[in-house]
Amino acid sequence: MFGRMFKGGVAVPHRKNTANCETIGMDIPTKIVIPMVQHIGAPCQPTVKKGDTVKVGQVIGDSDAFVSAPIHSSVSGTVTNVGPMLAANGSHVVSVEIETDGKQEVHESVVPPEINNLQEFVSAIRKSGLVGLGGAGFPTHIKMLPPKGKKIDMLVINAAECEPYITADYRECIENSWSIISGINIVVEHMGIEQVVIGVEDNKPEAIEVLAKIADKNDKISIKKLKSLYPQGAEKMLIYATTGRKVPPGKLPSDVGCVVMNITSVSFVADYIKTGMPLIKKRITVDGSVVFNPSNVEVLIGTPLEEVFNRCGGFKKPPYKIIMGGPMMGVAQYSLQTSVIKNTNALLAFDKVEGDLPSESACIRCGKCVEVCPMDLLPLEINRAVVGKSVEGLNKFKVMDCIECGSCSFVCPAKRHLVQSFRLGKGIVRKQAAKK
Amino acid sequence: MKNKLFVCSSPHLRDNSTTQSIMLDVLIALLPATVAGILFFGLRAAAVIAITIGAALLSEYLMRKVMKREQTVGDLSAVVTGLLLAMNYPATIPFWIAAIGGIIAIVIVKQLFGGIGQNFMNPALGARVILVVSWAKQMTGWVPTRFQTDVDLVTYATPLGALKEGSALASYMDMFIGNIGGCIGETSAIALLLGGIYLLVKRIITIEIPFIYIGTVAILSWILGPSGAFTGDVLYHILGGGLMIGAFFMATDYATSPITRKGRMIFAFGCGLFTIIFRLYTNMPEGVSFAIILMNIVVPLIDRYTIPVSFGGGKNVA
Repeated sequence: MFGRMFKGGVAVPHRKNTANCETIGMDIPTKIVIPMVQHIGAPCQPTVKKGDTVKVGQVIGDSDAFVSAPIHSSVSGTVTNVGPMLAANGSHVVSVEIETDGKQEVHESVVPPEINNLQEFVSAIRKSGLVGLGGAGFPTHIKMLPPKGKKIDMLVINAAECEPYITADYRECIENSWSIISGINIVVEHMGIEQVVIGVEDNKPEAIEVLAKIADKNDKISIKKLKSLYPQGAEKMLIYATTGRKVPPGKLPSDVGCVVMNITSVSFVADYIKTGMPLIKKRITVDGSVVFNPSNVEVLIGTPLEEVFNRCGGFKKPPYKIIMGGPMMGVAQYSLQTSVIKNTNALLAFDKVEGDLPSESACIRCGKCVEVCPMDLLPLEINRAVVGKSVEGLNKFKVMDCIECGSCSFVCPAKRHLVQSFRLGKGIVRKQAAKK
Repeated sequence: MKNKLFVCSSPHLRDNSTTQSIMLDVLIALLPATVAGILFFGLRAAAVIAITIGAALLSEYLMRKVMKREQTVGDLSAVVTGLLLAMNYPATIPFWIAAIGGIIAIVIVKQLFGGIGQNFMNPALGARVILVVSWAKQMTGWVPTRFQTDVDLVTYATPLGALKEGSALASYMDMFIGNIGGCIGETSAIALLLGGIYLLVKRIITIEIPFIYIGTVAILSWILGPSGAFTGDVLYHILGGGLMIGAFFMATDYATSPITRKGRMIFAFGCGLFTIIFRLYTNMPEGVSFAIILMNIVVPLIDRYTIPVSFGGGKNVA
């Protein structure tokens, strides 16, 4: 029942204030903006133009590339603009702006898919637009098609939800357990999976109870209770904690016979196969010190952040920082006009006290960063290599193996901007590699 | 929106510990030994401590000013250095030498190499060794504690000195509580142990260095006994000199000990080995300071050969 322990990790505060907040819906926004980059991989090209009318579930962006996932309209209405707009990742991304008509008419392409074999299953998953909903946003269908010569025998379900504040996956367990079990069965059947293991942190006893009931009915499924330790939900750590397998640096879970799916993703698979409705909405935890009513909200993809916050009673005082995602790995937002995308799982609003960036002081070599690094790296040495712009040092201390979990920055008493510098370091290494 | 949003790289959450809070914890951990030192060696010890800390603080402040670097006097690291150095003085040290020690520790050993985290040698120990070499007599002016009455002041020696000369030995109990001759802060094993446990509990230090350092000294002193193998007086070697303060407070100095647990084990073993070599096979009765400094110098080498393999890498490939 209990999972293994990976080395390192930090005890971040849980702050799961919204754990008991049942998911609420919200009104159809008058205008939504859907960016064409919502996943890791090739951006989509818009398939609609200004003036077109669109319906719910209609494809509005797609790509010929393998590593990509189509993007659907979450509303019915009229396309008012197509072009670069500020997106949640901080850059300007080609986006489709739609003025809604409030009717939410469903597009005729939305019909339950017919699936008879793995090929059809994979192409159905691609059509659904599903990407990893845990946060990374990797197109799911690619994981369903293991590389030639590799056997996938293990399905790992990620219900760890180790980031503070976020309870969206937890609510999925409580509110939608039928879809979870059904989704697991579908994936198991089509991929020929032998064993399923669900990893949950031990700070969610109710979720463990619900999932245990599921596991009882099926002898392929087992549950691993994981110690609440960040970053328990990081893919490599989770695989190790639940199966004892270690994914080598630069390799994928499929290299050790595993496929990892977020619990909300697997649940969506069931819903999609039942209804044919692609990924157009998402449950989001809205929390943070300046949010009036912290809640879990079901949000249409493309909804401007400001409207989501308004659904939660707005702000107690002007927010100093807005984060999309959890506080450890989430992305700070420039504007409240950017929109919710597929892999958004939380929106947090902080005041200055919580949101400010402490200033750096000199490294005292206390070694806490080394102690907590789940990847067994030497964060202080990588930081020194970045400051000294030493490509040799960056490679020697393996900056590319960093998963950017933020544990080192969290514990650093000198408040050094470690992860930030590693992102710069990775850029330096990539640039150098491109030169050769 | 009128208010601009603040944007920075993740993580957006930090824990509360700071360099200052860590240094404060070290000072708290040194409190029992400081009180014991003043108790055993009188108010002069208190004056020596105050002067040394003052000299260290002033040096830190002025050096940062002169070098036009950001002021770090508030991080309390200079207080820790000053206090540790004073703990390594005999209570009889002339005040001016005590002050010079504080200046050497901060100016030469610490700031000239870049300040906190950059020094390659423990500042307090570096300064102490320079003083021992420069003013050998004043740095070994041992006196009995205020509670040792029936002692010969002319031939008075520390327990390890007595061991070397073959004169009368102190009792284990006196050594455990600190009622023996020696430096201000090194004599009370119980007070240092309390502080060491505090540091371990607060996770300021990890167990490897004190455990392996003291363990190595224990095993080697037992094996290499005066009358053949396995005849050594283990407790005497553990309690009699600067080992307790060295293992818990000196060898664990962040800047001058290895960064990985494996490296720290190698480092601690080296400290133990050299301590015993100095104590048993040289003219000096004590070797903790020299052993730690010697190992300080080897730290970059140890770090170079103990770079960990990334998670999932190396032989662990599944």
